[in-house]
Amino acid sequence: MQDIILLNELRKVQDKEGYVSEKSARKINKKTGIPLSRIYAAATFYAKIHTEPQGKYVIEVCNSPSCYLNGSLNLIKYLVRKLKIKSGQTTKDKKFSLHISSCIGCCDEAPAMLLNDKPYTKLTKEKIDEILKKCK
Amino acid sequence: MTKVKVDNKEFEFDPNKNLLINLKENGFNIPHLCYQEGLHPEARCRLCVVEIDKKLITSCSHYPKEGMEIKTKTKKVKRARKVNAELLMPEHMDKCFRENKHHDLCNIISDLGLKKVRFNPKKKYKVDLGAAVIRDDNLCINCGRCVQVCSDIQATYAIDFAGRAHHEHVTPYYEKDLPEMYCTKCGQCIAACPVGAISEREHLKEVLKVLKDKNKHVIVQTAPSIRASLGEEFGMPPGTLVTGKMVAALRKCGFDKVFDTNLGADMTIMEEASEFLERAKKGGPFPMITTCCPAWIKFMEHFHHELIKGKNMSSCKSPHEMLGNLIKNYYAPNNKIKKKDIIVVSIMPCTAKKFESTRPELASDVNYVLTNREAALLIKHFNIDFVNLPDENFDPALGISTGAGAVFGATGGVMEAALRTAYELGTGKQLTKIEFDQIRGMESIKEGSMIVNGIEIKFAVANGLSNAEKLLKIKDRYHFIEIMACPGGCINGGGQPLPYSKNKVQARMNAIYEEDARLPLRKSHENPVVQKIYKDCLGKPLSKKAHKCLHTHYYKRKL
Repeated sequence: MQDIILLNELRKVQDKEGYVSEKSARKINKKTGIPLSRIYAAATFYAKIHTEPQGKYVIEVCNSPSCYLNGSLNLIKYLVRKLKIKSGQTTKDKKFSLHISSCIGCCDEAPAMLLNDKPYTKLTKEKIDEILKKCK
Repeated sequence: MTKVKVDNKEFEFDPNKNLLINLKENGFNIPHLCYQEGLHPEARCRLCVVEIDKKLITSCSHYPKEGMEIKTKTKKVKRARKVNAELLMPEHMDKCFRENKHHDLCNIISDLGLKKVRFNPKKKYKVDLGAAVIRDDNLCINCGRCVQVCSDIQATYAIDFAGRAHHEHVTPYYEKDLPEMYCTKCGQCIAACPVGAISEREHLKEVLKVLKDKNKHVIVQTAPSIRASLGEEFGMPPGTLVTGKMVAALRKCGFDKVFDTNLGADMTIMEEASEFLERAKKGGPFPMITTCCPAWIKFMEHFHHELIKGKNMSSCKSPHEMLGNLIKNYYAPNNKIKKKDIIVVSIMPCTAKKFESTRPELASDVNYVLTNREAALLIKHFNIDFVNLPDENFDPALGISTGAGAVFGATGGVMEAALRTAYELGTGKQLTKIEFDQIRGMESIKEGSMIVNGIEIKFAVANGLSNAEKLLKIKDRYHFIEIMACPGGCINGGGQPLPYSKNKVQARMNAIYEEDARLPLRKSHENPVVQKIYKDCLGKPLSKKAHKCLHTHYYKRKL
């Protein structure tokens, strides 16, 4: 039961603030009595919950088998070079965050990625350039 | 009983115990790291694999079934164990090979015949240097024992796993360091760790330095529970009393005086029993809670600070701090030694005492705290043949103690000692039976009652902080409560010899009560040195001077 409450609370904070800060973790602790270390453990376990501030645009590139076979690794490398950040990091201007994600259910149109939870499919380097250009 | 076949021989296994314990009880040596008696099996290390029906299963997380055919020595099992151990090793690094340490993992590795690390270590974490506990995540193998001990047994939840898959690591919340958060420093995680990734902050170098300094008058005091466990570090069986040898060895190390913390314990009892009697006269506030355990004090300051406001906490310092204060304010002027030249070293079974000695309100009455393990290292450093030493006595100035001080080392001891003195001071009559059997033993929460001056006094004892948590929920039923942070009391403290086992703790407890029965004086108020200190210096218990020297106060701390 406690676990369900915790996940609910974490998702609420994540949706509202974009990440679970120490301050919000303390709030959850006060509200539910769940120990701080447990809150941090749960928050770091789930890929969709972040413990550090995220950029304006959160990019999650799928790296599950279908996308992998269609060259998602090259796309990730391309993004790393282009944005000058590693997976899990945020650019200095707080514009982009890059994550490698598990399957997002777009296997038929692989490779795919999510940009602020909106899927983009059949990706190529050129297409990525185009998408990132539109991000302001 | 369940009939099973192991390596084609028939055995009868207890169905209520897991396969690993059953196999061990029947003489099989199964390597294992993540499983510890009394904890839930996590099956993380995967070293305890056995073969059943051509499948490899972890024996710690499975129970015997009728007609099971278990194989422990097949090629498949051996290969799996070897590879699993190798996969743990890069995380443990080859540091231990270089330093020739003897952690559980190292022993298992040498048993399996592995000699070098095939994989490169990946982890690079910063080492967490606390005042009492050091955590080096680079050595950690993620077995999870410390996490379980901290949450299930100590109810502190200071550390937990963070991250997932190969990012998984043990950490306090938001990657904080232990000193800046609510860790109680009880050190139970140190006792649980099979690879030495968590260890105490060593003060051995500092102590060796002051021992060499001829201008310093270095005094050592030893905790009640040390004498029942120090022998283990020198290969003696658990529960051997080594009081005399310990004193002789410490004198050989170069300490100018060897004093007994049991005397501090007697002083604590005088103050605490008097405080209790005064509360009984005034009618409250009850329950009064003992304050000898520094880990419990820190736990209380974080999680139960309402007890400070409610004046439930006794204001007595812990025994070694009391003795430290007496050494500096009573022994020093009497022997014309300058206060600044005196260095007090405490040998304690505890890592929380290391933290306690850094508290500003205690004004560094105790300069250094060594754990039992460090004390053994110190004795080994001077090449002393501990086992064959002749017995010696404590220095009499502050070294005469009673059985009441000795029982402090076991859970229920402080209560027992306090009740002996409180009854006799309160009624003026002799106690007919001074052993309080209802509060002895290893049970988690023990209770009892006693009639003093026609009033029934109810008391309770808890050991282990999760049990303390339970007891505090029903605290209003009692007048007097003792809480010890470690399960079993100081005899199972975070600074005691490793590795942990339940039988060892029981043997140490028996030794403590044996020491109590052996001593001619068994009540704190009968101690001639205690009487002399009150006559010469403090007046009477709870006097103004006694308050200044022997009492302290507590703070509310943030989470």
